[in-house]
Amino acid sequence: MKILVFVEQRDGKVKKASLEALSVGRALCDATSGALAAVVLGQGISAISEAAGKYGAETVYLGDDPLFANYSTDAYGLGTGKAAQVFGADAILFAATAMGKDLAPRVAARLEIGLLSDVTGYAVENGAVTYKRPVYSGKAYVSAVPVAGKPYAVTLRPNVFAATESPKTPQVVKLENAAVASDVKAVVENLLVSKEGLLDVAEADIIVSGGRGMKGPENYKILEELAKPLGGAVGASRAAVDAGWIGHEHQVGQTGKVVSPTLYIACGISGAIQHLAGMSTSKVIVAINKDPEAPIFKVATYGIVGDLFEVVPKMTEAVKALKAQG
Amino acid sequence: MNILACIKHVPDTETRVKVASGGNALDLGEANWVVNPYDEFAVEAALQLKEKQGGGTVTVLSVGNDEAVKSLRQALAMGADKAVLCNDPCFEGSDAKGIAKILAEAIKKAPFDIIFFGKHAVGDDNQQVGSLVASLLNIPVVTVVTAIDYGEAGVVRCHREVEGGVEVVKAPMPCAITCQKGLNEPRYPSLKGIMAAKKKEVTVFKAADLGIDPAQVGKAGAAFAVKGYELPPPRPEGRVLGGEIDAQVKELVHLLHDEAKVI
Ligand SMILES: Cc1cc2nc3c(=O)[nH]c(=O)nc-3n(C[C@H](O)[C@H](O)[C@H](O)COP(=O)(O)OP(=O)(O)OC[C@H]3O[C@@H](n4cnc5c(N)ncnc54)[C@H](O)[C@@H]3O)c2cc1C
Ligand SMILES: Nc1ncnc2c1ncn2[C@@H]1O[C@H](COP(=O)(O)O)[C@@H](O)[C@H]1O
Repeated sequence: MKILVFVEQRDGKVKKASLEALSVGRALCDATSGALAAVVLGQGISAISEAAGKYGAETVYLGDDPLFANYSTDAYGLGTGKAAQVFGADAILFAATAMGKDLAPRVAARLEIGLLSDVTGYAVENGAVTYKRPVYSGKAYVSAVPVAGKPYAVTLRPNVFAATESPKTPQVVKLENAAVASDVKAVVENLLVSKEGLLDVAEADIIVSGGRGMKGPENYKILEELAKPLGGAVGASRAAVDAGWIGHEHQVGQTGKVVSPTLYIACGISGAIQHLAGMSTSKVIVAINKDPEAPIFKVATYGIVGDLFEVVPKMTEAVKALKAQG
Repeated sequence: MNILACIKHVPDTETRVKVASGGNALDLGEANWVVNPYDEFAVEAALQLKEKQGGGTVTVLSVGNDEAVKSLRQALAMGADKAVLCNDPCFEGSDAKGIAKILAEAIKKAPFDIIFFGKHAVGDDNQQVGSLVASLLNIPVVTVVTAIDYGEAGVVRCHREVEGGVEVVKAPMPCAITCQKGLNEPRYPSLKGIMAAKKKEVTVFKAADLGIDPAQVGKAGAAFAVKGYELPPPRPEGRVLGGEIDAQVKELVHLLHDEAKVI
């Protein structure tokens, strides 16, 4: 199988999720005696080729062009599409990041191929690949098999697959004239960075989340204080978001973000089905709730029945003390 | 201005799913079917644009069976002017690519300026139909949009959510937008709206009306074949701590550090 991986970079830094995608690509190639290529788009980014090689790419299609300096669906769609055609890709892999989710359907439509979103597992049997992906926000999983003989694309959920080195010295192929300025209809004019120092829930390994039990917007700072020494992000239930206590980009759940951190700390969250759909694949779940009957305790690894306003600050102190010990 | 919104009729988010016997389908029990929550943002965005323009037509489109009329009526009751249902037995089992093909052909039947989609339809969670339709129609698309500014004529300026921030994207019309929570607060249909909706016409398109070859859509045209469904493994039984709060906190931090090794 010939597999092409779209390697995402911002400001010359490769996304970890793209290294995960390369590792999946490498494993699929090894299982099917295939060939792995990467496509990298940007400006002044030739160093990324090495990173792609380190994670198993034998060929790198490099689009180094002012038109690729900032992400745009149109230019990146053309660049990735061209790489797929030149390489003769049987499968194109993307990380299911904001960029990957935006780009993959554009590429799939251009190449008239199918796209499977948010894949969380795969298996190879006699050279045929079966993919697994969640539906109903993870209330169930579906196994799907690409129709034989037809190229296809998949996006891979970040933080699910390991990034494993498999060093190769890649051959670099320059992508020339993949797109011209007039192709770019939708232009990214600006990137507004949200509050300094706080991670996005979609990317965090640890999430401290607050629900209606937080009682008001001013109390979220006790969660920030716990999140900081943990290096985590602050999440929320929809009840808290709808009350206007915290921005909707923090919402975890079926109509918010589906997250899978190593540690999820739910404070004053009851554990409604829509919330659980968004976080129940977290490795470890901690519930802090004053109601012992709250459904969140059914999925929690560890639970404390108590008042979050007492428990959370004490936890912050204990975590700080732990970190101080080194 | 001709404003479109694409809406999907889906099981509501309360739905508990089971795997049907045989493992090849999901059993949704007595699911309550509704307008996809993100598509309510799309309908609301369409209505707000019409109100801003002081005129125009809002048309809602859906690919679905007879039941999907309920969601179209809901959108009509919110204030949409016209509805289109793409309904043909050969559409059943379509994947995102098939749905996009059907929607694109239906949209091509009349002139349009802007198409609103949800960022994702709950259930199948494909997160791609809006982009696919835009590509088939050869128009720009802005995805996961949380704010739209129509200040400049013939152009939309959108905020789209990315990790750790928002991108400001400018696109010329005609274009497509996929709506994210935060864009607006969908209105509830008024009693008057509900009454008016009953008199509004729902146009039905079959495959032949759209010039669609049945082999391109439905299960026949799908790019992936479903092998089976399964439920996630149940989480192991958790542990609720006991004793004084101080001691519990101490134990918890110890467990997270030494047993679970996550901090
Ligand atoms: C279409 C649709 C989509 C939805 N999508 C989502 C979604 O994506 N994400 C989501 O989260 N929800 C979603 N919901 C909402 C969901 O059904 C619940 O209403 C919501 O999750 C409840 O939030 P909560 O747990 O914060 O509030 P509640 O259910 O009110 O729970 C508050 C909890 O805080 C506890 N508490 C109160 N005070 C304290 C204290 N001092 N110390 C400790 N504990 C305390 C209480 O015991 C209680 O368990 C959706 C609903 C619908 C209809
Ligand atoms: N059957 C359908 N009928 C109408 N619109 C749809 C349909 N399926 C998906 N869409 C639109 O495409 C968006 C994204 O859906 P999806 O790619 O399936 O997650 C939805 O929010 C709808 O706006």
